[in-house]
Amino acid sequence: MVQDPPGRRRITIAVLALGGEGGGVLADWISEVGRLQGYIAQSTSVPGVAQRTGATVYYIELFPKEHVSTGAHEPILALMPVPGDVDIVVASELMEVGRAVLRGFVTEERTTLIGSTHRVYAISEKSAMADGRASGERILAAARQKAKRFIAFDMNEIAAQHGSVISSVMFGALAGSGALPFPVAAFEQAVRAGGKAVASNLAAFEAGSKAAVGEVERLVDTQLLPAPTTEMGRRLLGRIHEQLPEAAHEFATEGVRRLVDYQDAAYADLYLDRIASIRELDNDAENWRLTREAARHVALWMSYEDTIRVADLKVRAGRFKRVREEVRAGPEEILGITEYMHPRLEEVCETLPAAIGRRVLASSRLSSWLRPLFGKGRHVETSGVRWFILLALLAGMRRWRRGTLRYRTEQERIEHWLEHVRDAAGTDPAAAAELVQCQRLIKGYGDTFERGLARFNRIMDAWASIKSGPDAASTLGRLREAALADEEGTALSSAITELRLAS
Amino acid sequence: MAERSFKAEVQKLRKGEGELFHGEGILAVTKALLQSGVAYVGGYQGSPISHLMDVFADANELMQELGVHFEASASEASAAAMLAASVNYPLRGAVAWKSVVGTNVASDALSNVASGGVTGGALVIVGEDYGEGSSIMQERTHAFAMKSQMWLIDPRPNHSLIVDLVEKSFELSEASNTPVLFELRVRGCHQTGTFAARDNKRPPLTVWEAAEAPRRDVSRIVLPPANFLHEVEKIEHRWPAAIQFVRENRLNERFGQDADVGIIVQGGLFNTLNRALELIDVSDSFGDAKLPIYVLNVTYPLIPDEVRDFCAGKRAVLMIEEGQPEFIEHELNTLIRRADLQTQVVGKAVLPRAGEYTGAVLQEGVTRFLSEWAPGLAPPAAPKPPAALSPSDVPARPAGFCTGCPERPIFSAMKLLQRELGQFHVSADIGCHLFSILPPFDIGNTTMGYGLGTAGASAFKARDKRAIAIMGDGGFWHNGLTSGIGNAVFNKDDSVTVIIDNGYSAATGGQDILSSRADNAARVTKHPIERAVRGVGVRWVKTLTRTYDVGRMRDMLREAFTSKETGPKVIIAQSECQLNRQRRVRPAMRKAVSEGRRVVRERFGVDPDTCTGDHSCIRLSGCPSLTIKSNPDPLRQDPIAHVDNSCVGCGVCGEVSHAAVLCPSFYKARIIINPTRWDRLRDRLRMSLIGMWQRRAQRALARRAF
Repeated sequence: MVQDPPGRRRITIAVLALGGEGGGVLADWISEVGRLQGYIAQSTSVPGVAQRTGATVYYIELFPKEHVSTGAHEPILALMPVPGDVDIVVASELMEVGRAVLRGFVTEERTTLIGSTHRVYAISEKSAMADGRASGERILAAARQKAKRFIAFDMNEIAAQHGSVISSVMFGALAGSGALPFPVAAFEQAVRAGGKAVASNLAAFEAGSKAAVGEVERLVDTQLLPAPTTEMGRRLLGRIHEQLPEAAHEFATEGVRRLVDYQDAAYADLYLDRIASIRELDNDAENWRLTREAARHVALWMSYEDTIRVADLKVRAGRFKRVREEVRAGPEEILGITEYMHPRLEEVCETLPAAIGRRVLASSRLSSWLRPLFGKGRHVETSGVRWFILLALLAGMRRWRRGTLRYRTEQERIEHWLEHVRDAAGTDPAAAAELVQCQRLIKGYGDTFERGLARFNRIMDAWASIKSGPDAASTLGRLREAALADEEGTALSSAITELRLAS
Repeated sequence: MAERSFKAEVQKLRKGEGELFHGEGILAVTKALLQSGVAYVGGYQGSPISHLMDVFADANELMQELGVHFEASASEASAAAMLAASVNYPLRGAVAWKSVVGTNVASDALSNVASGGVTGGALVIVGEDYGEGSSIMQERTHAFAMKSQMWLIDPRPNHSLIVDLVEKSFELSEASNTPVLFELRVRGCHQTGTFAARDNKRPPLTVWEAAEAPRRDVSRIVLPPANFLHEVEKIEHRWPAAIQFVRENRLNERFGQDADVGIIVQGGLFNTLNRALELIDVSDSFGDAKLPIYVLNVTYPLIPDEVRDFCAGKRAVLMIEEGQPEFIEHELNTLIRRADLQTQVVGKAVLPRAGEYTGAVLQEGVTRFLSEWAPGLAPPAAPKPPAALSPSDVPARPAGFCTGCPERPIFSAMKLLQRELGQFHVSADIGCHLFSILPPFDIGNTTMGYGLGTAGASAFKARDKRAIAIMGDGGFWHNGLTSGIGNAVFNKDDSVTVIIDNGYSAATGGQDILSSRADNAARVTKHPIERAVRGVGVRWVKTLTRTYDVGRMRDMLREAFTSKETGPKVIIAQSECQLNRQRRVRPAMRKAVSEGRRVVRERFGVDPDTCTGDHSCIRLSGCPSLTIKSNPDPLRQDPIAHVDNSCVGCGVCGEVSHAAVLCPSFYKARIIINPTRWDRLRDRLRMSLIGMWQRRAQRALARRAF
């Protein structure tokens, strides 16, 4: 081992945390434990506006008192980490681990990197119209590559388990890592000296300390396919096995399960008819990608969220239970649930028998007369008897769903879309799969739904001119990305314009 | 009163002779003021000096015992004007603020006090908000020191030294009849350290004693002919006196061994420099460098004799001076030329012209200097390791509104209104509300300074489309009432101003202001903004007492935007700052729960099976507690919205969902903790009925299940 020159015999620690996570408290604890162990401790930070949801670096230097000869100057301690000169980095979140690596604080020669693997998503990740999440794998790989030692586990989870804050777990992980030459008791003493929420902090501290040395178990998502519970279920599963390639079984099974729940067995049969018709045109390219994606997206479209479906999902017993768990209401506590619903005239008419719904919407006098009745959002108290019964009755309208305007409209749209898909599948299965995936654009309710549908339609309209081109599939992929790039639709418009110019 | 208590810090201020004081740099300065016999203190809060103001605000009792007057000034200008007390009387006074912005505001009074000069020591403590974490324009306070001729202290970051220098600065101020600027950088303010305290000193003369025996000296007033004499005085008396004092008291320091090259550094940067030198084996932990270092704890004025002595016989000196323009480097060149030395001054030639001088920056700059002028000391060139990540791999975290912030719904409403009426010009202001310029709101065109939102919109005389100005309650009382509202009335502006009244000067740490709703024993509060606004002649004033009502907020904005009424339209949007509210409410709630009292907790949630993952709600809210998680649905790919446990139940996500007709996925959960017997009975009745229905439905579902 290379002996550090005397001038470097100090311990340098950087803490990367988000506003409100107690990074300052952690820095205080670290300084305190240092002082208790005979070190001169200095910490500093630049909180500023970062206190409001931003990211901050706290920096601590510990200098052994024994190296200060009497009568000499006090040691000169630095106010910020220098890349390549940080012994320990503690990061409160996965992207902050990444930020530590990015800023050069983590080096192979010296840095013990301790980080939580949970995610607190940045606004750019949250506000994307589809999936804007940064890659955690890339961060983990870089951290493993750059750190001398990398200790990583979900500290947020442990903090929650102990009703504590993440800073306690981080401090525990630091103690457990052995990166500081201090006994665990000294760390605990520092927590006690803080004097606030000592019991829960110590519990979280201990758990963090254990997790840092133990092999951290990684939860593996082994999602079993739902097994049929009824005769009808077994029959439908039989159809899947008979008519569809194995690659599509997962999605098709889930699709069938969902559609019987959504409507009935006949509806699930209709779904399988539709998938089977596509499978016939599939040439098993990319492990049956076309059939697989069709199984996914046809099920999603066929289970479109109409008022009946929303009401149905809202009143279920399982949902009540889930809410109770999610908001952490104790068994002795009373839970009330209020929905924020805003059914507009459109939604109401869509639930009416097709002929009547169409009439109302077509007549400007009728709609202008009725519209004000549905111009306001409703606070629907599902846990109250009156609203519950109303929603439950609405859910019961499932029986008559096939007669509703919305059903007719959606089936027409689905058929129209599948015609395009089948048309493409014969010549270009990859493009057909891309067409299938365009269903991803259609989501949400009200304006959001209409915006998504409009973009979907624009791509379908463009399909006629795309399909003759050589790289139809990749063009479609590009258009779909563009449709999800911004809320205003600028990216899609310019992508389509570009296409026209090119052709 | 700010919801956070500083009682523990106040206790520290009581430490006496020989006791060890441990704390942040800015707190060391606070203690040093009391040890120096200061008679009065004022200032305006702001990072990084808020702590000083907050601690003094909580230290009423101690201040009374010592006979020290403390004032939470209305603005930096008020604070600077307070230094007038040191003009005629031997009163030591200190004022503090965030710089450079605070110094800008204060500069009128500062110029006056610097011109007339002072009898008692006058200290201006500035927190130089420059570099990482800064929220303001990157300028130097140094320019103010030069133009008004006030001396500038930039202490080496060491608590004992800082405390000594505070006292010395008062002496310097008195010896040279000049106010002194005492500059601390952000990290210096927050740096922890230890020093041996001394007893607090009662001021030899208190402010009330001074007021009882008024003195007048017309030659101290800035009016002809005295103003011309002041300028001469500055050059002929005050400047030489200052130079003599700095030299005799050795305020600047020397480190390291002699060599034919040297480094001159601003005191505040010394620790960073020394670490950079250590890492290339040119210094050690105690500053015993292999080359001499001249540490300027006084960066203005420079001391010509000291500079000459340091530079003589050296081939080159490296001037380490953060920020631009490089005033010190210019002056250094002049001094060296006048002393007819051949020493080369190297500064910005090897260091970046702009930006914070971090350890890495200095290491690189010093290495470049050494390679050219002292290759024997230069470290061997080390290749930079390849980057493991690129910046795009790690998403940025711009600051944003806190969870449950009452300002968020105002901008959600504005975004909705823009969908109806198209984009409009928004003149933003300083305060938390400035986060509106960032995602997801992206609202706001300019910001011209604290309280200047309305003034910033004054050029836009509306024809069809009015401009909207934002102003916080802090900015309103700082100057916005006159510079913005009064100005708009007088000039018949037709603009719309939204005054965000959250009860505190929130962005600076939740200090009380005139319109705060809290009781404050030491200050007068509860002066409604609406009365002030009407008082200066605004006719169209509306107050909304719950900003969380997004729909009403949007309607009120629309009304202001389209009203036929001429003259300025003012909306006062009131809801308490959630950060401060939670500091009060949360412990109270915990206490009530543990005492077994009935408590109602509200929070929001999203149903994962109806959320389709479009995130419109997030784009209209941006609440930290409204986040995303992987879609539990095996068929769907996009992450769904999710409300985490930090939710405080403000209701904005639901209201936005309503106002924007988004989706039915949001629900409000109302949880009754420690329910009464009546609550329980009602719940049992309700749930037995609902439960019965649910069980029946479940059986039916099982029959037609997969």
